[in-house]
Parts: sequence; structure tokens; C-alpha cells
Amino acid sequence: MTTRIFGSGIRRREDPRLITGRASYTDDIKLPGMLHAAILRSPYAHANIRSVDASGAAGQPGVVAVYTGEDTDGVLNGLPCAWLIPGSDLKTPAHPPVAKDKVRYVGDAVAVVVAESRYQAEDALEHIAVDYEPLDVVINPKAAAQDGAPQIHEDVPNNIAFTWALAGGDTDAAFADAAVTVGDTITLQRLIANPMEPRSALAQWSAATGELTLWNTSQNPHIARFLTCVVTGVPEHKIRVIAPEVGGGFGSKIPYYADEAITAFCSMKLGVPVKWTETRSENYLITTQGRDHIEEVEMAATSDGVITGLRTTVYAGLGGYLSTASPGVPTILHGLMYSGPYNIPNISGTVYGVFNNGCPVDAYRGAGRPEATTLIERLVDLVAAAVGQDPAEVRRKNLIPKFENGHDVATGITYDSGDYESALDSCLSAAGYEALRAEQAQARADGRCVGIGVSSYVEICGLGPSQVAGAVGFQGGLWESAIIRFYPTGKVNVMVGSSPHGQGEETTFAQIVAGEVGVDVDDVEVLHGDTDNTPMGWGTYGSRTTAVSGAAIAVAARKIKEKSRALAAHLLEAAPEDIEYEDGRFFVRGSPDQHKTIQDIALMANVAWNMPEGMEPGLEASAFYDPPNFTYPFGAHVAVVEVDPETGHIDLQRYVAVDDCGVQINPMIVEGQVHGGVVQGVGPALWEGAVYDDDGQLVTGSMLDYALPRADLLPEIEVHSNSTPSPHHPLGVKGIGEAGTIASTPTVYNAVMDALRPLGVTRVDMPLTPEKVWRAINDARNGG
Amino acid sequence: MFPAQLTYHRAGSVAEAVQLLSDNEGAKLLAGGHSLLPLMKLRLAAPAVLVDIGRIEALKGISASDGGITIGALTTHAEIASSDLVQQNAPVLAEAAALVGDPAVRNRGTIGGSVSHADPASDQPTVLTALGATFNVTGPGGDRSIAAADFATGLLENALNDNEVLTSISVPSVPSGAGSAYVKFSHPASRYAVVGAAAILSVSGGACSSASVAVGGVETKPARASSVEAALAGSDLGDAALDAAAAAVGGDLSGDPMGDVFASAEYRRAMAAVYVRRALGAAASRAG
Ligand SMILES: Cc1cc2nc3c(=O)[nH]c(=O)nc-3n(C[C@H](O)[C@H](O)[C@H](O)COP(=O)(O)OP(=O)(O)OC[C@H]3O[C@@H](n4cnc5c(N)ncnc54)[C@H](O)[C@@H]3O)c2cc1C
Repeated sequence: MTTRIFGSGIRRREDPRLITGRASYTDDIKLPGMLHAAILRSPYAHANIRSVDASGAAGQPGVVAVYTGEDTDGVLNGLPCAWLIPGSDLKTPAHPPVAKDKVRYVGDAVAVVVAESRYQAEDALEHIAVDYEPLDVVINPKAAAQDGAPQIHEDVPNNIAFTWALAGGDTDAAFADAAVTVGDTITLQRLIANPMEPRSALAQWSAATGELTLWNTSQNPHIARFLTCVVTGVPEHKIRVIAPEVGGGFGSKIPYYADEAITAFCSMKLGVPVKWTETRSENYLITTQGRDHIEEVEMAATSDGVITGLRTTVYAGLGGYLSTASPGVPTILHGLMYSGPYNIPNISGTVYGVFNNGCPVDAYRGAGRPEATTLIERLVDLVAAAVGQDPAEVRRKNLIPKFENGHDVATGITYDSGDYESALDSCLSAAGYEALRAEQAQARADGRCVGIGVSSYVEICGLGPSQVAGAVGFQGGLWESAIIRFYPTGKVNVMVGSSPHGQGEETTFAQIVAGEVGVDVDDVEVLHGDTDNTPMGWGTYGSRTTAVSGAAIAVAARKIKEKSRALAAHLLEAAPEDIEYEDGRFFVRGSPDQHKTIQDIALMANVAWNMPEGMEPGLEASAFYDPPNFTYPFGAHVAVVEVDPETGHIDLQRYVAVDDCGVQINPMIVEGQVHGGVVQGVGPALWEGAVYDDDGQLVTGSMLDYALPRADLLPEIEVHSNSTPSPHHPLGVKGIGEAGTIASTPTVYNAVMDALRPLGVTRVDMPLTPEKVWRAINDARNGG
Repeated sequence: MFPAQLTYHRAGSVAEAVQLLSDNEGAKLLAGGHSLLPLMKLRLAAPAVLVDIGRIEALKGISASDGGITIGALTTHAEIASSDLVQQNAPVLAEAAALVGDPAVRNRGTIGGSVSHADPASDQPTVLTALGATFNVTGPGGDRSIAAADFATGLLENALNDNEVLTSISVPSVPSGAGSAYVKFSHPASRYAVVGAAAILSVSGGACSSASVAVGGVETKPARASSVEAALAGSDLGDAALDAAAAAVGGDLSGDPMGDVFASAEYRRAMAAVYVRRALGAAASRAG
């Protein structure tokens, strides 16, 4: 047995079952008598529904039932938005699970067929006749906010769902006085999350007990239960939500969707289990997308490159409806991070949340922070170019100096701890920055187009505290809870309300318990995902699972330890204050031979033959943990690219990441998160983008057109880390799930722009596809 | 991703396949399924009858034939990529096969399916056009042959009658000492060719004695680049000659330009010249 397990890069216990295909996902679950649903989806991005005639489908082979919006109306409630940003004049137009009068994006649900097989259900969909009256369509979020744009919701003028403003310092004065001002318009295109497992829902209604069981691909089963209650009216305690193995989410499995409500409706109507599983094509059309920002941004600086102000106007596309958390993403998770790792005394921003005729937009890995980091890092590079200094040096002179316990920034938030300059230094030295610049100079002299991108970042994660959640309109708490239960044999269950789905917390949470009370890591099993056997919790997103749920486990484990110490004292006939603890053993100070192991204690507590006066039997503890602040991981990344000016192809040649997420529980898992995160941010810089045509049809509707990152297009990702503990977290950890994605988009973007600068190219929209780069080069050559 | 209801037949022989096609209007042949099944899953194709030819041994394999090699229609990209016979007689075909999709696609996808599907973004149709291959076809009335350049008739359309089966492809050996190359601009998502260019060059006494060049991905079917070939004839295959010849490809691209969200028609045309130039450079360096 070793207790050094905390902090070591042990292998993920999840992996054998995942890699060998033995994990059980929602779609793997088959119940007796189960029927299958297929959902008819609008082929129009914007249209009035004149009529729906489902009679043709009813008699098709295998068809058991067909329902339309007429049937669900008044039975299912509308889908709620759960992040109601205060002071933003937020409009929350109705979002019926099945559209009855109007459709607002391609994929909006119009009818559902329930049949004995999915094939039969799909075939029957073709027999439903819908009479649409097509309406004008708008996709671009800035265009959607203009006068005269097609009106998507009756009661939302100019499609503006909310206007959120942020001001710190005196930005106008800063710009008026500035020696240098730079500006740009940055597009952060729509992204499709592409979890390996599409979404799925299996609903089982028991008329006998009035209980609804919902197996669902959710990152937050307790929220899913709460919202299932809101939408179906089944009381919360009669709903059990089970998120079995969930094959990735990246934010897209946070929201509560029409599909699970429809599936529950069908089961409740028919009294048998009903399953619906998304096809990949549906996933592209209806599962929430990310980003969709148009950002008009400016930075003010002194002639020496000291940043004095930042000003933004952002149009954030929301899609046809508000998704569960969508208003919070381009505001709280975005605007509040405008200072980045820099001292920027004057900051102001306005964010328009705008409906457009695309798939609803919600959190996607990084959620708001890549959109902030990209604009900041782009502007810092423009300042560097304007003052003729090295971009790394301009960063260095503006970084907030090292702090260990709290630093206030102009946006009104307080970073927990940071050592940004050390991260930058580590990254520059790991990359060999000076040598790279020398090689670049040589390459340029040889007529080659080589670029180096640098970025520094800090991000906000580990969401809560709950008080702040409430203050910013989040309709829930952001604490987590954990139960640690010892059995007589010394084996342990840990039950958490968060819901890991690929991140590896079954391993790291066991490492926390092993580290705190000295049990063997293999003696600890982590349970999550089932609302019936886990305590309440708010779920896995925002890099909060280890930061918040992990803290709850640490606190509960410390309670276990204190009870164990008291019981050991009783059994060893010593005073509790004379009991020392080391590596899972409690012993009388000075006589380590006189000891009880944690297993001895667990056995005695469970049989309770000999307990101290007043001590309850059992060895179990629970903790509710509400963090006092967010955590703020940070780092610096460097990328090297070469552009082929003849074709516009970009070759990403090196990528160096230094991230600081505080104390690391398992460095291998941290490295894996950074690795995947970096790649997920490189994607949008170079390849990825959901494109809708003018009619609102998704042009990149499959993996044939939507270019996900591929291993052979990427260099080895060089991952390094520093460790600056969070001052307020019981274990000193911060989140690491999103850091890579937040940093890598601007790093690669800046590298490409650095490569193109000598050619006179000043702007190219992401993704930097070969044709766009080729055109930008040609335009610049032609004096454009 | 759920194909419509259909009837499935497995043909034991070419004759049976031809019979099944004749008996069932709208029937489709199924080979490796890597082009047809995705269309069916998207319900862009919904054949009522599928005739699976995947187990007909007579359609498999590569053999030496008079003046070249014969490749059975069911031969996979992977087999072509690793075949010694192909390497000796038409190495450019192996070079292109190795660039098709990914390993799963190369192990399932067949050359017959690839050319029959007539997707202009495919690789082998371009190479076979440059090689001057002949496609051997069996129908109810017997056998016939179709020149590679005449086989694709448009976007996803070929010269086969509804009840004909492509059985094999005859590929003439490249001249001895010839240099050949296929270069490809892969779409980052699908890996299909945005532009693909094939070149086979022979030199004699320091001058280009024969040139065969084709370009795909730009128009609805591969184009034989006869203007490029003419410009190369007799040239020294030096950089200037190759530059000038590649630039002539515009003259070979007068038909239907294609463009999409990833690469516009204008860009594809510009890239045709760039990729032809690169193919010429690689082929010239291998000739001798
Ligand atoms: C992910 C992916 C990536 C790909 N990337 C590439 C790429 O980079 N380059 C490239 O060139 N291709 C690419 N392909 C296509 C692949 O090469 C083709 O799927 C394959 O070659 C077609 O052959 P098949 O055996 O799968 O044909 P099938 O799908 O079985 O059939 C295709 C069509 O041809 C017809 N057909 C098949 N055999 C015959 C025959 N003997 N006679 C008459 N008609 C016939 C069928 O009826 C059908 O209409 C890719 C495919 C996928 C799925």
C-alpha cells in the first residue's frame, strides 16, 4: 500500500473498459418492451407551420404512435433558460419542445414517431406532411441585430435577447489619451462539439408508481432531473436520471434538450420504455454549438507598449432559441475575463446576445474564455507590432506581477493566485524562443513564410461560489457534495453529484481519498451519474469537477480521518491528541507499534462492538463544499507555423504549452487534458467551422465537410507545467479541463498572422483555411 | 443514419449480378460500400434493391496482361498500394492508392467502386485517365470496353448501362524509364482530393519524349491536360519549362468548374496549376 498515490501519474482506471469497448452507454441499454422514437425535423431555418398532417405515418409498419406539437402543447412545458443575466433586459421567448406554429432553425422538432424499430420510425417520418411558409433567414449575428432583419421571435425586437455591459475604470479617457490604439474585428465562428457518443435518451415511465426513469447523456444528471421536473411536471423526487457512461460532452451535454422531454412524453403516453438516439447528422443540426462571436475590439497603449485600455462590442449569436446556459457564456464567462493576465486599468465592453436562425449556441469547451483570450491576445500582438517590440516582451511588461492570495482586476473579479511571468519564461525557454526568432529571420531571408505565436492566458473556472452564481443570475447553486462510505472490509465508495464523462475523475477522486486517509487507491470506487445513489450536485463543466467536487471529497475524507483518530484513541486507550497518523495508520505518539490501521477502524466502526461513549457507528462522512472563489489557472503557449504562400496551406510545426493549474493530483491526466484541449483549440484556428448558407442550411453537415483536427496534421504537443497552488482550495488545485482550448486558438492564430505580416496581410478570419490565406496573400500583393 | 427499407441479394457470379440488375429496376451494385452506404445512410440514395458483388472471386486481384496489368474491379486500394505488379508497371497508381482516405477506407474501398461512383474528388480516376487505362464491362449482351477518359460522364455519373458490371481495368505499363507522380491537395475533413494531379513523363536525349498529365477535383470529371502535355513535348523539363507547361493547364479546364465552401472554383483552378506543377516536378525528378 502506498499513500504517495496523490500526485502520481497512475493510469486511468476508466480506460480498460473504454478502450476495449466494454463500457455501457445510454444507447446500449435495452429494456423489455422498449420502443424507438424518431423525430421529424424542420428542413427550413425559419418558417411558419401552416399545418402538420401526421395521419400518413400512423398506419406505417411498426408504428405505434405519432405525436405533433398539438399533442405536447399544454402537456410539456417550454424548455427553460437557466441563466438569467440580471440588468441585461433579457428576453426569454417560449421554447416549445415540439414546434407548433413556427420553426426557427433547421432541425427544430416538428413531430415524433414511435415504432417497434428505429428503422420503421425513420421510414414513417417520410409520411408526415408539413405545410411550411418559409420566412427570411438571418445567420450572421451582427446582421441579425440590425433594423429590418428577419424577426425570429415576436417579442424580441432586432433579435436582441440581451444587452450586457461591463465597465471598469475610464475607458474613454484611456483611449483619448492613448499614444497608440489598435483595433480589429474578430470572428469566432460556430463550432460543433462532436463528442464521440451522440446524445441519447431512454425514458421509462411507471404508471404503477408514478416514477420516471431517464437514462440520458448528461454532464449534469441532477440538473437534468430538476429540468425534467420543470418540463414534464413529474415531481422531482419521482424522477431518477441516470447518466451511464457518457462519451464526451465538451459542454454540449450540459443543456436540457427537447429530445429528452419528447422521449419522456412518449413513454408517459404509451406506458412503455421509449428510446431516442441522435444520429450524427442530427448531432450536427441540433446539439448546441459553440462560439458564434463577432467582436469589434480596440486596445489603447502607451508608445512603449504599456496597455491602458480595452474596449469591445460583441455580437454573440444564440441560435433560434435560448439554450439552458447560453446567456451566461458570452457575458459572465467572457467579459469578466477581459483583463486576461494583464494589468489593464480601463476596460469596457458591450455584448449583444442575438437570436439567429442557427442551432442554439451554448457552452463549448472554454465557453466564453477562448472568445476573450483570442481578442486580448490578438490585440496585444497588434500593440507589439504598432510599437515595434517583440510580442513576448510586450506581454511581459503588462503581466500582473506574481501574487499568492488575491488580485483585483478592472472587470471587478478577484483572481486567486498567479505567477504569469514564470509561466511565460518557462514557455519561452522550453520553446527556445530566441533561437526560434533567429531561425525565423533566416527563413524569411530565404523567402520562407515562418511565424511564431505567443500567448499568455488566465481563465476562470472551478465554478462557483453559489452566492456569485445567484448574483449573476444562474438559476442554481454551484456547490458540490460527496459521501465517503467505508465498508467492514475497509473498502470504500465515494459518491459524488458531479458527473465525469471521460476526464478521469474516477481515478483522481480515488487518489484524493487514498492521499487523505491512506487506503489503497484500488480499494476506492467512485460512483457518479445516478441521481438515486449520489448526493445532489451541479455537474461537470467549467473545469469545476476536481476544483469543487474534489474539494468536497477532501473535506469529507478529513472528517473520516478525525472520526478514525477518535476511535483509534479509544481502542488504543490513549487520548485523541496523543494519536498520530501516518500512511493509513493511527498510533500512539512515540510507539508506532501500538497502532490501528484505517481498515481496523473501518471494521470496528461498522460492527460497532466497542465504540467510545456517544460515538455513532459506521465510518461514513459527507461534505457540502461551496468554494469561496473561482479558481484561475493560467499559462503561456508558443506555436510555430510555416505557410505555403503558393497554396495557403499552414503547417503547424511546433506547439509548446506551459500551464499552471496549481497542485496536480495526477500529472498524466493533466497532460492528457492539456493535450486534448490544445488540439480542440487548434481546430477552430485552422480547420473547424460550422457554416450555414444564406438559407440557413448547414453546409458543413457531416464529417465529410466539417474538418476536425487529425493526428497527422499536428506536431507533438510539448506539454510542461508550473504549480502555483490555489490559496483557497483545500488541496490547492485549480481546473485544467479547458485551459488548452482557451490558449491554443489565439496562439496558433497569432503564429499565422506573424508569418503573414511581412507579406502585408493584416486580417484573415478563422478558420485559416488554405483558400482564405491564399486570397489574403494575393490581396495584399495586389495592394488590397 | 438509417437507410430506407431495401431488399438485399448476394450475387455469386458476374452473370448473376447482371441478371439481378436486369430483373430489378433501380437496383444498385454494392462493392466495398464506402461510397454507397454513406449516401444511403443520409437517405441521399435509397435503392430498393442491393446486389452485393463483394464475394465474387473473379472480380478480385491483379494480374500481368499483355503490355500491362489487369486489376479486378473488387481490388481494394490497400491491395493496389502494396502490389509489386502495380509498383513495377504503374507505380503512380500505388502512390495514389496509398493517399486514399484512411486505412479503413483503403481496406474496404475498391477501385471498381471508386471509378463507378465517379466522384470527381476521387484519386484513381485521375490517375487512370493519365495512364490511358481501359475499363472492361460485362452486360446482358456480353463484354465491352470503355476508355478511362470516357468512363465518367459527369458528377457521380458513368457510362455504364443500368445492368452492366465493371469487371476489371486494364492498365498499360508506363514506358520504361518514365517518371511518374500523383500529388494531392487533401480536404482536411474528408481526405478526398480538392485537387489531384497525375503526371507520367519520359525523357530521351535530354528532352521530354512523352508526357501524360491529368488533373482531378476541379471539374465534374478528371481532365486530361493536353495543353500541358503539348507544352512539355520536346522540352528539357527544366524549371522554366515545367512552370510554363503547368500554367497551360487553364486551357484544359474549360468545362464545368466546381466550387464549395472549402474551395471555390477560382481557387481550385489556381491550385490545378500549382499541383500540376508539383506533379511535373516530382515526375521529372524520377524520370531518367
Ligand atoms: C471516410 C472516407 C474517405 C474517403 N477518402 C477518399 C479519398 O481520399 N480518395 C478517394 O478516391 N476516395 C475516397 N473515399 C472513397 C473510397 O475510395 C470509395 O468509397 C471507394 O473506392 C468506392 O468503392 P466501394 O467499393 O466502397 O464502392 P461502393 O460504395 O460499394 O459503390 C460505389 C458505387 O459504385 C457502384 N459500383 C461498385 N462496384 C461496381 C462495379 N464493379 N461495377 C459497376 N458499379 C459498381 C455502386 O453501385 C455504387 O454506386 C473515401 C471514402 C470514405 C468513406
